[in-house]
Amino acid sequence: MEITAIYYLIPALVMFCCGLYGFVTRRNMIAMLISLELMLNAVDMNFVIFNRFLFPEQMEGMMFTLFAIAIAAAETAVAIAIIINIYRSTHSVDVRELNKMKF
Amino acid sequence: MESVGSIILYAVVAAVIIICSVLAVTTRKILRAATYLLFTLFAAAVVYFMLDYEFLGAVQIAVYAGGIVVLFVFAILLTTHPGDSSRPLTSKRRALGVAGALLMLVSAGYSLLTRCELFTSKAEGANPDMQLIGEAMLGTGQGGYLLPFEAISVLLLACIIGGVVVARKR
Repeated sequence: MEITAIYYLIPALVMFCCGLYGFVTRRNMIAMLISLELMLNAVDMNFVIFNRFLFPEQMEGMMFTLFAIAIAAAETAVAIAIIINIYRSTHSVDVRELNKMKF
Repeated sequence: MESVGSIILYAVVAAVIIICSVLAVTTRKILRAATYLLFTLFAAAVVYFMLDYEFLGAVQIAVYAGGIVVLFVFAILLTTHPGDSSRPLTSKRRALGVAGALLMLVSAGYSLLTRCELFTSKAEGANPDMQLIGEAMLGTGQGGYLLPFEAISVLLLACIIGGVVVARKR
């Protein structure tokens, strides 16, 4: 048995779909952020897999993944700061109760 | 032909990725969701190591598993009671989520599996050594990434200040 790119792409696809499902169904903001991290990580894996199997002499996919990891960390830090601030003023992290600024 | 050990390692890693990512979005205790996310990120790091990107695997473990998950656990403990379960889903929401995820899975999976002949090549190339990565990151010529590197450092500074300003007590 030869492990080709498709064997790595399928788990990444399943991971992305789980993130999509969680992002639609979750109501806790931190759980939505966890689903978002799953989607981001699946995309990172795809970059690395395509880099290794289709263009092994270059390293663009790896560099892109490095930068994506850095941006994901920054984004998570800011999002969690916002969530903690929201929790301090409304005592809830449920997205359905956050309608004060709507319209 | 792959060795038996690498096939077994691949099977374990793929099973961990699939099972833990499904559990991370379906469990009703949020702290458990963060734990399953941690296992999924570790499995992704093992995939990077299997593909010979050792620096990337180390970064994945240090930043994602070491930094982001700890941040998640702190935020969860600050905002919810650890033993609480989320309320059960309404069937409409679940149907919407399952429909969206299945649509994505079927369409992307179909287009992947019908193009299997594109993916017959083996994994080639060696682990890019640290000198190569460093020169690419700080290079200004062809294949250099100095500008995005500096832009990311400014972004990180902005995030530090923004995080402190947003989350501080008034």
